[in-house]
Amino acid sequence: MPLSDIWFVLIAVLFIGFIFLEGFDFGVGMSTKFLARNDLEKRVVMNTIGPVWDANEVWLITAGGAMFAAFPHWYATAFSGFYLPFVVLLLAFIIRGVAFEFRNKVDSKAWVKTWDWAVFIGSILPPFLFGVFFTSLIRGLPIDGDMNMYAGFTDFVNVYTVIGGVTFVLLSYLHGLLFIGLKTVGDLRERANTVARKVYALTGLFLVLFMIFTYLDTDAITDHGAILIPLYSLAIVLYGLLFFFLKMKREGLSFTMTGLVLIIIMASFFIALFPNVMISSTDPAFNMSIADAASGDYSLKIMTFVAFTMVPIVLAYTIWSYYVFRKRLTGDKEHLEY
Amino acid sequence: MMEEVLLARIQFASTTLFHFIFVPLSIGLALIIAIMQTMYVVKKDEIYLKMTKFWSVFFLINFAIGVVTGIIQEFQFGMNWSAYSRFVGDIFGAPLAVEALLAFFLESTFIGIWIFGWNKLPKKLHLACIWLVSIGTVMSAFWILAANSFMQNPTGYVLQNGRAEMNDVVALLTNEKLWVAFPHTIFGSFATGAFFVVGVSAWYLIKKRNVDFFKKSLAISLVIGMLSGLGIAFTGHSQAQYLMHAQPMKMAAAEALWEDSGDPAAWTLLAKIDVENRETTKRIDIPYMLSYLTYSEFKGKVQGMNALEQQMIDKHGEGEYLPPVKTTFWSFRIMVVTGGTLLGLGALGLFLMFRKKIVESVWFLRLLIVGIFLPFIGNSFGWIMSEMGRQPWVVNGLMKTADGISPNVSAGQILFSLISFSTIYTILGIIMVILFVKFIQRGPDEQPEEDVSATDPFETGGAGHAIK
Repeated sequence: MPLSDIWFVLIAVLFIGFIFLEGFDFGVGMSTKFLARNDLEKRVVMNTIGPVWDANEVWLITAGGAMFAAFPHWYATAFSGFYLPFVVLLLAFIIRGVAFEFRNKVDSKAWVKTWDWAVFIGSILPPFLFGVFFTSLIRGLPIDGDMNMYAGFTDFVNVYTVIGGVTFVLLSYLHGLLFIGLKTVGDLRERANTVARKVYALTGLFLVLFMIFTYLDTDAITDHGAILIPLYSLAIVLYGLLFFFLKMKREGLSFTMTGLVLIIIMASFFIALFPNVMISSTDPAFNMSIADAASGDYSLKIMTFVAFTMVPIVLAYTIWSYYVFRKRLTGDKEHLEY
Repeated sequence: MMEEVLLARIQFASTTLFHFIFVPLSIGLALIIAIMQTMYVVKKDEIYLKMTKFWSVFFLINFAIGVVTGIIQEFQFGMNWSAYSRFVGDIFGAPLAVEALLAFFLESTFIGIWIFGWNKLPKKLHLACIWLVSIGTVMSAFWILAANSFMQNPTGYVLQNGRAEMNDVVALLTNEKLWVAFPHTIFGSFATGAFFVVGVSAWYLIKKRNVDFFKKSLAISLVIGMLSGLGIAFTGHSQAQYLMHAQPMKMAAAEALWEDSGDPAAWTLLAKIDVENRETTKRIDIPYMLSYLTYSEFKGKVQGMNALEQQMIDKHGEGEYLPPVKTTFWSFRIMVVTGGTLLGLGALGLFLMFRKKIVESVWFLRLLIVGIFLPFIGNSFGWIMSEMGRQPWVVNGLMKTADGISPNVSAGQILFSLISFSTIYTILGIIMVILFVKFIQRGPDEQPEEDVSATDPFETGGAGHAIK
């Protein structure tokens, strides 16, 4: 396997880690509006991700850095091509990131309300934009022979990409609700699980719509059906199992199911792209292949060494951090930092 | 195209300078808080615990803004500077990716554990977390400076496939620029944190509030501030020596030298610069000083911009090769003056403290409050000198700034993002000041206020009676 392929897989892994972890952060952020009924509940909800959300976001930063380093052309084409969506994404990340820290710092209702909105908007916009981003990547974008992308509004916003965006929002929300179910006690925990059962059908509908439109709107199934059809089937089966786990109140298993579905969906984008990193809707000859977009072998070798040393260490202390905070939050005010 | 270049540069300058208000303060405060908590764990004196918690309020607010403004840094290379990104991704992107893997994960994971782990971890393990955060912030600085040093003084690369590809990672990481810039930046950052704690403590001492608490805070931070000040001065000197042989044009511009200097060369304190007619008049000089600064001896001359530009024309073809002379010249002076003043404040402060006169010296405590702002000014102008002095190059000698921008991004789009980011940054800046003032006024004694209206869902089933 050439090093550039390894890095393609590594970047996929980073985005998968990102969507699995930050997925529930987004869902928890949405729950502050939809689930929490009062200030204390909001705080409890935010505190469930308090110790970890910042590190979860680093998966994205690392994915971006890895794209820059391993596939400069991919990074350059995508980041300049998605200019305006990325501006919005950055603004969302900014307001969400400071909101957690600022929210409880001033004793004023207007102040708290403002940052509640920041948490909500900053949690619902990014998963939508990531859905749009990845669906439009595999749908194809107007990229010219110089690898420059000149996309218009309908390249970003069309039936397929909106379905992709909504699917990511709903899956993240469900994932977040189940995370809250795992991390809280009493009424909040009950309600999180109840709401999860309520959004189950709608999320499932969008999941199926997403798969149908992936078939209709992209070449993914035609080109990679041998892998994608079994994978999508697996996602449907897992999602079906989730129904029973929710009924049986098996919280850990339920959370695992939404996590696996998110992982499969994210992985499917990279499988659909392979062996390209960007697909040109202008002319298939302008597709950017993994090999074309990659850095030199020397650079990839160095980074492979660093990645294979560091990723296990990072994973080890990440798991440890979840172990430290494994207990459910009781809502005892003394122990709420946010 | 000129419009796009200008807007993209304004955006880069503003977002980076804004980001670099928070970064050095985070680096400095992380160290100071780690030291305070260490003293608590070693001496078992509760006052150090109180100090750790009090100063961490500022650290955490500041850290949050530093993190979110940092995300833009990583995205905007690709967004505004795609041609640059294609050209250097191989060698410039690599340190950024390593920075994320080595430093970002470390600091963000352990800061989470540290904030939320006070009652969950054994004391020493909890202390180790803040040290890991501190180490993370310093490592982060190292890797981003490794990337920046490549732009200043490209090493470890080969030009092929139309881009700069890495061919020697040792050369990349032993770049002379990196090893003068990294300690200089780190000492600058430690000084930023230290003089923040010094200045705030001085305010309390003037007000005679929590005197013991703030005398101890002042003592710790003054020592760190003084040592950092010395570090800044020595590493600044090595920066000048480096510039002389690696980026002589920046040095000549920083001195507004058009013709070659005399031997020995004098350092100009003030001058009137006329860029159009290429002359500098009304110099107030300190003799021998520039020779010493650049060669560590009282002889040796420094080349002027006219000769250097001719060399560049011979090498790279016709074109403009002068950096913005006035900006480079004055930024250098502002940086040097702030650095020197900090060193003076630190020395005098330690002297007064040693003589046990510092609490009574209200005039001096007032100066220390002003001193809070000096490192921020020095940091900013240091970067302005460094980045403006490199112009017109984005990668020195390899790529011009104007050739680095994204060809597919319009001026309107850049303007939109520029306005969006500046607006939100302005709001964040104001909020930070308001929160800092609020928490300084509150002081270390008061506990955080509880929310006015909270209901306890676990007793009532969610609907609610208000409890205070």
